[in-house]
Amino acid sequence: MSLLTIIYAALFYLATVFLVVGVALKIRTYAKTPAPLKIPTTPAPLTKSGVGWRMAREVVFFESLFKSSLWTWIFGWTFHATLFAVTLRHLRYFQEPVWLPIVLVQSIGIYAGIAMVAALFGLWARRWLVDRVRYISTPSDHLILVLLIAIGISGLAMKFVAHTDVIAVKLFMLGLMRFDLQPLPSDPVLLVHLTLVILLMIIFPISKLLHAPGIFFSPTRNQVDDAREARHISSWATGLERRS
Amino acid sequence: MGNRIGKTQLAQSSANYIQRKISYMATAAFDTPQIKSYPVIPLVQAGATSHLKPFVAPAPIQKAIGFPEELVENWQEKAIAKMGELLGKYRSLQVYMDTCVHCGACSDKCHYFLGTADPKNMPVARQDLMRKIYRRYFTFAGKYFPKLVGAVDLTKEVLDEWYSYYHQCSECRRCSVFCPYGIDTAEVTMAAREIMDSIGHGQKYSNEIIGKVHRIGNNLGIPGPALVDTLEGLAEDIKDDTGVDIKFPLDVKGAEVLLITPSADFFSEPHVESLIGYAKVFHAAGISWTLSSHASEAGNFGMFIGNYEQMRNISMRVKEAALELGVKRIVVGECGHAWRVAYSFWNTLIGPFDYLDQRYPVPQHICEVTDDLIQRGALQFDKEANDNKIITFHDSCNVARASRMGNMPGGQFIIPRRIITSVANHFYDMAPNTIHESTFCCGGGGGLLTDDLMEVRVKGALPRMEALKYLVEDRQVNFMATICAICKAQFTKVLPYYGFNMSMVGGVHQLVSKAIRLGDK
Repeated sequence: MSLLTIIYAALFYLATVFLVVGVALKIRTYAKTPAPLKIPTTPAPLTKSGVGWRMAREVVFFESLFKSSLWTWIFGWTFHATLFAVTLRHLRYFQEPVWLPIVLVQSIGIYAGIAMVAALFGLWARRWLVDRVRYISTPSDHLILVLLIAIGISGLAMKFVAHTDVIAVKLFMLGLMRFDLQPLPSDPVLLVHLTLVILLMIIFPISKLLHAPGIFFSPTRNQVDDAREARHISSWATGLERRS
Repeated sequence: MGNRIGKTQLAQSSANYIQRKISYMATAAFDTPQIKSYPVIPLVQAGATSHLKPFVAPAPIQKAIGFPEELVENWQEKAIAKMGELLGKYRSLQVYMDTCVHCGACSDKCHYFLGTADPKNMPVARQDLMRKIYRRYFTFAGKYFPKLVGAVDLTKEVLDEWYSYYHQCSECRRCSVFCPYGIDTAEVTMAAREIMDSIGHGQKYSNEIIGKVHRIGNNLGIPGPALVDTLEGLAEDIKDDTGVDIKFPLDVKGAEVLLITPSADFFSEPHVESLIGYAKVFHAAGISWTLSSHASEAGNFGMFIGNYEQMRNISMRVKEAALELGVKRIVVGECGHAWRVAYSFWNTLIGPFDYLDQRYPVPQHICEVTDDLIQRGALQFDKEANDNKIITFHDSCNVARASRMGNMPGGQFIIPRRIITSVANHFYDMAPNTIHESTFCCGGGGGLLTDDLMEVRVKGALPRMEALKYLVEDRQVNFMATICAICKAQFTKVLPYYGFNMSMVGGVHQLVSKAIRLGDK
């Protein structure tokens, strides 16, 4: 077993723990923090299923973003949709036998990868070209885009420029999942790709990437408009009532 | 390029608008923004309104409502502790501090940004004033890599910035409509104001008014006897006018309806015209009603400063009055944030309302009452009485984006318009991206309706004035109806800066009042 394999295996385990525990802790914080007042942005649905539909439109179609900025929506939605397709394509590295839907998505995944990098460049261009967006951009906003672009390009490079031994990579990944380490190929492009993915996993719970779990807890989007019909009261506000 | 446009604008506006340069005691002279032939998103001008801030509450005002009298010694420590407390009490704040991705979708949505070009008036940048402190003290990235994520220490400069820019937000929630995560800057502004209050750095205007409502029962500080006089005078005026005996009952036990209305309705123009309208509706429908001297205020500035307990204590007067008078229904007059508090928060703050008639929604908006009567054919109108008016409707932010009327989503847009078109013949809507959920704030909401913030009020009104101007030119509109006491007061003051007549603004029930048939029922 090479040192390289051991280092990457350790990093992957570490990053997975960071990602899962970090996001779980954040979700616990969000879930446990009370929402003392009814603040849905109205017009809002009057029923729980209505809220489910509103949230689905928001998460799948980025409805609010569509209303606010068409260019941002085009780049942002394309990036997320293609990232989803690319992620599906990558599932083949983690399963044996490979599910049929994952087999079917393989060729789409390639085009999605190209579109993803293009959309990311579009998003990055906005950070330079639109003066308002330039003003609010922090170094981390730029670096996250650079990170995603680098992941995308290094991934595409393995498809179009310098092939890596995907069979070996798959054995490594399956080995990770079965706690039975298998050697990792030492292609530089692959190592860059994996290092950046590990970095992305680690920063997820401590960065703005928390928007992913966050949206589900946004009171303006997930509350039912039924303030008059149902009394809504939080734990700490109940305490206030007992005092007076 | 930005500078050149700025200078040209400046030159033109000083030439054209020199007569409108009005200098107030409290504020330096400023230029009213020019209305362009189509709306333009300004290029950012850093620091354009960093000089604007309201008067700080002096010690007696702070003391009266239980806040520290002046900036406490260990204010940094206290502020951070308070922020931690609020992060644990409000899911909105906790989630909104984390989830912003700086996408900029909100960056051109705030009327104060569009009117001032100050980038810190972009919702995202306003939130970031708090987020950079949150990151520094509450997140791993901000603690160890502050520069990377834009985290900074809480210094006096930051506090001054907070004080300035969290008082250039009217908590109108337009940004929350457009944010892909629903981040509501109002929640952040409220938290910031609450933190500042807790360290003794409150705003004079809001906190003084909260003191008055606790002490006297209404924001204007009108004592009971003065209210009696005013209401009697109103009844006499109407009697002279129409020959009909319209009553303005006060503290009448056993009345069916308790009307809770903004105190501006008692004394201010054009507000009082709507109060007359409510009285005529109750009269024509034969509904017994009463006002309360104990709860003579619908407004609730506790919301503006984000203080749950203040908001609850102010609301409690309504519950006390309703129980004392033994009414069956509570109806709320034309007021935007008051309707938000009533519709969205009362059930939480002072509910349950099991002692009221459950056949009616609790609380009910006066527009819901009137609309329901109209739909049932219980009111008759002479629509021609409003023929001299070509009308448009300004959706007030808190009604539009933080409440509802009727039993369907968006009823808050339909019902007031349905009333207007039932009592008048000429009605046109402003541009679609300036009404309904996309409505622009009047520029004076959220505790900004004070002369020491006149510059930001005038500039913040620009998007609404633009939309109005197109309609004035296109359709000869000469009346903008609205259902908010703050909108009415703000427009009365601000319309003249843009060359409009101040009497162009008025209430929906002002139109009802003009057209309603009395006495033939």
